[in-house]
Amino acid sequence: MTMYFKKLTDIPREERFVSGHRLCAGCGAGVIMRHLLKVAGKDAIIVEATGCVEVSTTVYPQTTWTNPWIHVAFENAAAVASGVEAALKVLRKKGLIPPDKKVKIITIGGDGGTFDIGLQALSGMLERGHDVLYVCYDNEAYMNTGIQRSAATPYGAWTTTTPAGTKWRGEWRPKKDLISIALAHNIPYAATANPYYVLDMVNKFKKALEIEGPKVIHTFSPCTPGWRIDPSKSMEVARLAVQTGVWVNYEVENGEFRVTTPVPKRKPVVEYLKLQGRFRHLLQHPEEIEKIQRMVDEYVEKINSLAGKTVIGPVEGR
Amino acid sequence: MAQQLLKKKLALSSNYAVAYAVKALDVDVIAAYPITPQTHVVEKLSEFAANGEIDAEMIHVESEHSALSAVIGASAAGARVFTATASQGLALMHEVLHIASGMRLPIVMSIATRALSAPISIWNDYSDVMNARDTGWIIYFTSSAQETHDTVIQAYRVAENPKVHLPVMVAYDGYIMSHTVEPVEVVEKDEALRYAPKKVTWPKLDPDQPITMGTITSPDWYYEFKYQQVVAMREALRAAEEADKEYGRMFGRSYGVVEGFMLEDADVALITMGAFANTAKVAAVEARKRGVKAGVLRLRLYRPFPRDAIIKMLSNVSAVGVVDKAISFGAPVEGPVFNEVAGAFYSSDNKPVLVSFIAGIGQRTVLVEDFVSMFKKLLDYAKVGRGPGESIYVGVRA
Repeated sequence: MTMYFKKLTDIPREERFVSGHRLCAGCGAGVIMRHLLKVAGKDAIIVEATGCVEVSTTVYPQTTWTNPWIHVAFENAAAVASGVEAALKVLRKKGLIPPDKKVKIITIGGDGGTFDIGLQALSGMLERGHDVLYVCYDNEAYMNTGIQRSAATPYGAWTTTTPAGTKWRGEWRPKKDLISIALAHNIPYAATANPYYVLDMVNKFKKALEIEGPKVIHTFSPCTPGWRIDPSKSMEVARLAVQTGVWVNYEVENGEFRVTTPVPKRKPVVEYLKLQGRFRHLLQHPEEIEKIQRMVDEYVEKINSLAGKTVIGPVEGR
Repeated sequence: MAQQLLKKKLALSSNYAVAYAVKALDVDVIAAYPITPQTHVVEKLSEFAANGEIDAEMIHVESEHSALSAVIGASAAGARVFTATASQGLALMHEVLHIASGMRLPIVMSIATRALSAPISIWNDYSDVMNARDTGWIIYFTSSAQETHDTVIQAYRVAENPKVHLPVMVAYDGYIMSHTVEPVEVVEKDEALRYAPKKVTWPKLDPDQPITMGTITSPDWYYEFKYQQVVAMREALRAAEEADKEYGRMFGRSYGVVEGFMLEDADVALITMGAFANTAKVAAVEARKRGVKAGVLRLRLYRPFPRDAIIKMLSNVSAVGVVDKAISFGAPVEGPVFNEVAGAFYSSDNKPVLVSFIAGIGQRTVLVEDFVSMFKKLLDYAKVGRGPGESIYVGVRA
């Protein structure tokens, strides 16, 4: 992988996602946005779907964004971005804006705005080939409205619409595979990223912005109130997601699949689950923990087969 | 006059008349989704683009919701934009209609008006536009292909006026106009751009002057944003009058925001919009032959509602009928335009007898004779001194 940033100090020091916003302490999305803008620089237009980041960063008359930024609605960020891109293209051609000036377009949506309500607009944007980078910050439920399940909510997770009760044990369906859907549009670049692995994440942002055409980066975004974790633990949870194989950092460039954070020895998934209150009800049901472990094992097997070798190893001590 | 005769006329439907206007205006971004009876607009524009006759980016979106969303993005980026739809498409856009006006973007959209489901009907009425009447858009109803062509051009001058900055819908009757070919004098590009020059008068997304658009507001601010729209909509009335006058000066055709026909000495009058006005005018002449002093008021600009002009033009009429091509279910009287006319007259000194007619729903045919009957009914109510109190459903098998 092209390493644009080899060490943390290579990342631009300039802060474009400025302080004073209302995101929760320990919010993963804040870390993702801050680094996204550092990499994007000044000449980027941001199109944002309704969601946590939108409401927390643009409380009139204040704004966190030093880039031109637009929000229209929940389900249409990719369509709005398509319009922005088309406009810049034709205005440049007509000489109405400087023809040599390259302006990147970045669309941001949460899992609700991407996996669920915004999927159609995203599909349209990808299929039509707009030169836009779409970044999803996935906190695995509708956190902005108060923790309701989405298509990104993992099996077993408590949410306010999949509560743990005498009959229910949290969410009963596995997470939707966003990147596979994106790749079905034959786009040049798609990747997953995790804010704990910040160098991997910023290099993917940079690479994606250098590639022409539609790109999707699916980021893992810990949510302290929604996952019932201590604000100091969000990065630890993010790291454990990768170390247990629940989350795999990979990229697919022109059809070529590559894991960017190999994990030679996995930790058991319970290490990841037990830190989060949203899975607490499962701890008294060992068969559920085993089931989730099997689901992770199957996912890891799929990843290794795509990689053509073992990049994510077996669980330690098993 | 001699110059007038030399101008070339094309045989165009209202759909094609729209496409030729968009071509003349050097629109930068077009996003639209096919829907009957609007589809010819997008087809014609695609044909222009395919032959290099227009220099616009065509976004073949996957829904009407995305069509309007895409032109919002393009307009916010400083492009002159266009979209078109009808019926279910306009209903699907509904959420975004409010946002387009709230964001104060000068988007122009044509509507080949059509009934709403269920049951599904591809035929004409105004259910679609009436459903969108409170979305903060300026709304015109045109009554000929020529006027449709001219109004699309006027719409850009109004929308992009810095005192206005509101989106505009140009509505015309699906099939009755969208598919009817009429002679149209087409405005050339240089003339159209002299009338409506391309200049980005609204705030745009620009890395050199970054702004945040579409923020979240608290109760401390939301109300003021909405009140600014009220002020802009009031300004739009003056802007529309100015745009029409200037159009007349440059091209020799102007229509007014309302049009009066034989109102000077009329005892009874019908308020109509769109294609109905043409039939109503013929009926007024016919009614006069039969001893009823009939007149017609055509509402060309529906939003903002030209209240004062209507009251003034009908000051000597004793009974006024409002012909609605849509139903406001459960309303005090079911004609949506009727309720607004009644509201306008309530605060005026002059209070004619008011009668609500519902007609042409799902394109049920309304003949000249039907309009003559309406005039006669008006005369009867005028004699009694009061209206029926509820809508009269013309031509329904009740």
